[in-house]
Amino acid sequence: MNTNTNRVLACIDGSILSEAVCDYAAWIAQRVDAPLKLLHMIDHHHETAAISDLSGNIGLGSQEHLLEELTAVEQQRSKLRLQQGKLLLQAAKERVIQAGIADPDSNQRHGSLVESLIELEDSIRVLVIGIRGKVHENQPDKIGAKLESIIRSLHKPILVVNDAFKAPQRIMIAYDGSKAADKAIDIVATSPLYKGLTCHLVYVSKDATATEQWLQPVADKLTSAGGIEVISKILLGKPDQLLCEYQDKHAIDMVVMGAFSHTRIHDLLLGSFTAKMLLNNKKPLLLLR
Amino acid sequence: MLFLSKKQDWLGNIRGDVLAGLVVALALIPEAIAFSIIAGVDPKVGLYASFCIAVITAFVGGRPGMISAATGAMALLMVTLVKDHGLQYLLAATLLTGVLQIIAGYLKLGSLMSFVSRSVVTGFVNALAILIFMAQLPELTHVTWHVYAMTTGGLAIIYLFPYLPVIGKSLPSPLVCIVALTCIAIYWQLDIRTVGDMGELPDTLPVFLWPEVPLTLETLQIILPYSVPLAVVGLLESLMTATIIDDLTDTPSDKNRECKGQGLANIGAGLLGGMAGCAMIGQSVINIKSGGRGRLSTLIAGSFLLIMVVFLDAWISKIPMAALVSVMIMVSIGTFSWSSIANLKQHPLSTNAVMLATVTVVVWTHNLAFGVFVGVLLASLFFANKISHFMYVESELDEANSTRTYRVIGQIFFNSADKFIAAFDFKEAVDKVVIDLHRAHFWDITSVTALDKAVIKFRREGADVELIGMNEATTTIVDRFGIHDKPEEIEKIIGGH
Repeated sequence: MNTNTNRVLACIDGSILSEAVCDYAAWIAQRVDAPLKLLHMIDHHHETAAISDLSGNIGLGSQEHLLEELTAVEQQRSKLRLQQGKLLLQAAKERVIQAGIADPDSNQRHGSLVESLIELEDSIRVLVIGIRGKVHENQPDKIGAKLESIIRSLHKPILVVNDAFKAPQRIMIAYDGSKAADKAIDIVATSPLYKGLTCHLVYVSKDATATEQWLQPVADKLTSAGGIEVISKILLGKPDQLLCEYQDKHAIDMVVMGAFSHTRIHDLLLGSFTAKMLLNNKKPLLLLR
Repeated sequence: MLFLSKKQDWLGNIRGDVLAGLVVALALIPEAIAFSIIAGVDPKVGLYASFCIAVITAFVGGRPGMISAATGAMALLMVTLVKDHGLQYLLAATLLTGVLQIIAGYLKLGSLMSFVSRSVVTGFVNALAILIFMAQLPELTHVTWHVYAMTTGGLAIIYLFPYLPVIGKSLPSPLVCIVALTCIAIYWQLDIRTVGDMGELPDTLPVFLWPEVPLTLETLQIILPYSVPLAVVGLLESLMTATIIDDLTDTPSDKNRECKGQGLANIGAGLLGGMAGCAMIGQSVINIKSGGRGRLSTLIAGSFLLIMVVFLDAWISKIPMAALVSVMIMVSIGTFSWSSIANLKQHPLSTNAVMLATVTVVVWTHNLAFGVFVGVLLASLFFANKISHFMYVESELDEANSTRTYRVIGQIFFNSADKFIAAFDFKEAVDKVVIDLHRAHFWDITSVTALDKAVIKFRREGADVELIGMNEATTTIVDRFGIHDKPEEIEKIIGGH
């Protein structure tokens, strides 16, 4: 595969997390030696009306007139947003250049983020995105409105950033023994991103019979193929709670896990593990799909 | 699929949608009543239809923010059915119309709209405006001067009221017109026609009823000739309106879903005692102008309409017809594309001819489907005629070998075949004729036959004929471009071979 086409894509929207997104994207791009692309979307929110005239009548050429009026209003708005976006991208670009990226790409597009990302999917190596955008910036108990649909519709690794940048030293892999988790292990073992990091391989079990021995083959794989120092650990109890506690205790910098392996209906009824982790976890979450 | 909708289609614009929905509902009432009268049924048939169609299309339609209800274009098609067979057959025809529209949606006939050119759309819109206006004339003939005064006053209120400071832009002027004229009529006890004189108004919520018609082939024979044009006109107006809303809001719509949605809405209307309807250009523009964008606006318009009508029926029956006529004249004026008149001078003659032919046929037959058919046909003929000009034949004579070489360049099809044959000089006495077809495109069998004819004629004159590039030239005889729509394939066919 041509590495040139596969970029680290960072989604910038001017919220407080955008800077951290840039930093993490730069960190990944440098470690995996991939080009970095900064993306800013201008979402027009066509579902809301720009003007509202309740006089309720239509007269000579009112259709043409209405079109002109709407066009003029939207043109003005779009120009402003275009300008704002350009400034954001410029600032982001400077930031990643300072972090050591030689030639970052920047891109500004109109429309919804989810649709654009689906279009760009083939050229994405890792997507870096803030946990919540500008709209929910000050609501720490919420995850971004589009985040779940982005994670569900993309089949690429996604790093969800929720805090200021700190170069990861210790990562935690949440392993559940499923096929998806094994695939995630394969990705981790073969990617240059994790070389030289300490990795806590954590399995949360429902019964006490499982032992660390059982994780040994997985740990060996990570060590031999990926050159990663592995600490295996089996916990007993509720996964999301335990994983967050573990992460606090061992000063983990980044969590790696599979995401949304169930259907929407399953998650709607039982609650999604991924969603809980996104909400409760204080460190960036790398989701492997 | 049909019932799926995005959250923002419903809740993205709540304030705007609710207000716009209310404004539209107020304007829908006079329209529904007026169109029921055109169709020759009680106003309640149109009002139930408008409620039902608006509510159903809010959920299943393909164009959020578009208003569908009982329309004049559809009402005009039902007149003779109602007159000859009665309301029950109209309800049955409405059901069948819905079924046909759903079938059209599943066959993806919405994409056929690409054949309807801009001038046909303009002609359709203008014809519709003229029909709506003409439908008001019975209310304006053989009446006292009061009616004329009321109508003029009503129009004045509609167009001048919005200029009043503060309240002008926050109260729908058609409502002000209706309320003012009703007050005047009651206060002076004018002896003029009111809505109550026109037939029964709804006093209950609509109830489910199966049309009381015998389920026989005979019934089908009666209703099918009405259902087919109803389905066609309904889809045409709906899809055109959807395009207009697409342009105004700069958002896409799902045309095939709209076909199915219209069908489902008509089935619903038929089962609740309503007449067939479709999207309304005027009301949809009012909705967008008032700030409506989402599905919620259509739902509010439909539900509010019914609530108003059921609870205020005593008052609605007192509305003078002159007030409704004013509102309908406003709709007619607003629907008419006035820029098309100004553009008559600049646009090419063929475009104008298509537009005017569409208008003329509609006004003459009172059937928008015929108008569109004639318009599309005419536009296609003009197009074929234009393309046939893209053909010429150059030739050179090699005297030493007594050989004439013809090089054919351009499009050869039924319309240019004669021109193609005329380009050869059969009188010339040469030993050999070479026809180079490398850059010619044969689009149909007529053109191939023409080539055969030319070859045979040359042979009869005693010349040997050689065709070059025949294979490439005939690759254009393809019925479907399904496999030929890649750039390199198009280049092979259209390009210089």
